[in-house]
Amino acid sequence: MIAAWWRRHNRNGDLTTAIIALLPAVLVFGVFNIYPLFYTAYLSLLDWDGLSIERSFVGLANYQELLASGLLWNSLGVTAYYTVGVIALSIPLGLVVAVLLNGELGKSRVFYRTIYFLPVVTATVAVSVVWKLMLDPGSGYINVVLRSVGIAAPSWLRSTTWAMPAVILVGVWKRLGFNMVIYLAALQAIPREYYQAAEVDGATKRDLFRYITVPLLAPTTSLLVVVALIDSFLLFDQVFILTNGGPVGTTDVIGFLLYRHAFRYFELGEASAVAWIMFIVVAAVTLLQWRITRFGARTVT
Amino acid sequence: MTAFDRTLAQEEEQTERHRRLAGRLPVRLLTHGLLIAGGMIMLAPFLWMLTTSLKPIEQTFAPPYLFPSYFNWENFVEAWNAAPFGRYYLNTIIMSAGITVGQVLFSSLAAYAFARLTFPGRELLFLAFLGTMMVPLHVTLIPSYLIVQKLGWTNSYEGLIVPRLVSAFGIFLLRQYYLSIPKELDEAALIDGASRLGIWWRVILPLSTPALATLGIFAFLFAWNDFLWPLVVINEPDMQTVQLGLAMFQGRYGTRWTLLMAGTVTATIPAIVAFLIGQRRFIEGIMTDGVKG
Repeated sequence: MIAAWWRRHNRNGDLTTAIIALLPAVLVFGVFNIYPLFYTAYLSLLDWDGLSIERSFVGLANYQELLASGLLWNSLGVTAYYTVGVIALSIPLGLVVAVLLNGELGKSRVFYRTIYFLPVVTATVAVSVVWKLMLDPGSGYINVVLRSVGIAAPSWLRSTTWAMPAVILVGVWKRLGFNMVIYLAALQAIPREYYQAAEVDGATKRDLFRYITVPLLAPTTSLLVVVALIDSFLLFDQVFILTNGGPVGTTDVIGFLLYRHAFRYFELGEASAVAWIMFIVVAAVTLLQWRITRFGARTVT
Repeated sequence: MTAFDRTLAQEEEQTERHRRLAGRLPVRLLTHGLLIAGGMIMLAPFLWMLTTSLKPIEQTFAPPYLFPSYFNWENFVEAWNAAPFGRYYLNTIIMSAGITVGQVLFSSLAAYAFARLTFPGRELLFLAFLGTMMVPLHVTLIPSYLIVQKLGWTNSYEGLIVPRLVSAFGIFLLRQYYLSIPKELDEAALIDGASRLGIWWRVILPLSTPALATLGIFAFLFAWNDFLWPLVVINEPDMQTVQLGLAMFQGRYGTRWTLLMAGTVTATIPAIVAFLIGQRRFIEGIMTDGVKG
């Protein structure tokens, strides 16, 4: 019976080839993606330190503890703060630079594009180390500049008020080039006739921007927002280097909370509960993004 | 091709427009002024990193900030002695090469299967693969670590490479690309007696070199800059990657900024060079994917 099924579906050897071709991917994804996803759910129901033989099943106790302890809420809040900050700053700024750059030609454009994109491709760990130097409260460059124009210089990474804004600053600096590049491509796709027709009707530069450019960029903007949302939610490297969770947990983002509980306190159960919560949020947002960009329809057909 | 043609045409139009707007000099100046100001903010950390790495320790915070009075290459020597950066480089290169080759190869294979072969469960499997893109590393971190531990792959290249050997994003990207390659080429190869896999090797793979190159650059940069997974899998100093080593170095030598910057320069130069070489391809790869959604 199996032989018959095989013969029917393997007419021209496609099935055999497919199995060979897909085997590496299936193995890697299966072992390190799919299986761990479910295993995390299972782990979140345990009380285990990863080392001892004994692990006790505690049901939803981990989740209850998390929700009650305030740590989770703090992390979610801090992460939301970061996300909103990065989105609110890096997306409009990215658009501004893209608009400025849109009027440039050839070599000039490539030159600026390279400069603005460099932060995007450099390792977060490395740039965070440099920013840590620049943000040094005493003699870091930023504060020196601030003081030279008479502004009171905050203690940045050591201040409970200013630590997260500092992390946001680094995040915005790192994202801006990416947003700019995407916006630039979208801007260039807008037909000039739209602008010409509006100008003939007497529209000002501002009108052109408000009534043509911005609406036509809406899909791009929502794409950038969603990408930034997910990326920001997963923040880790910057926090690890810059603040290690921040003065009194003010930069204790959810990714860092997870890491701490798993690999410093060895509370695998609680960490897994955090992980599962993260998954739900990211999955929801990703599905939203796919819905927005009609990803599914275009890909599967 | 089209993007290039479009840019060329636009450039011609804009040259024309600029000639007409010759009197709008103040606007052009303002534009450049703003772009340069922003550009300097973008570059400031890099400049700071470079110059600090060359200063003697007492001058770290002394003016003139951006120009050391002499090039203190000693910092690099000291940094390389304090931490095995050479070793870090080796580890990271091996890891990045492995991941890059793996992702390019296996994603291409899988994409070929999805684009060209018919088999039961194809659509479902593809959706499942796409689904993995929804699962961030943090979520699978703990079990993946436990598995790696059980396999004895902690502190090893296998542990660093294998879990990231395939890229769902790459599969998606390449599948789109392969769907647009005319089937006649496949058929020609079939007539010549090639197997289905032979078609992949002889026809599809060579034809997709630009896309493979883009994917390769993405993969390399991702691998080079990665932090969380190496952090979890490696705890032997000898097996650390460049980013991991830098983070630990920073923890130990906290305020010896000149050394730290020397280490940072070491960590970032290869990625920057790789980017500068492949930047056109890289940026265009992002643009195509971003705009088309």
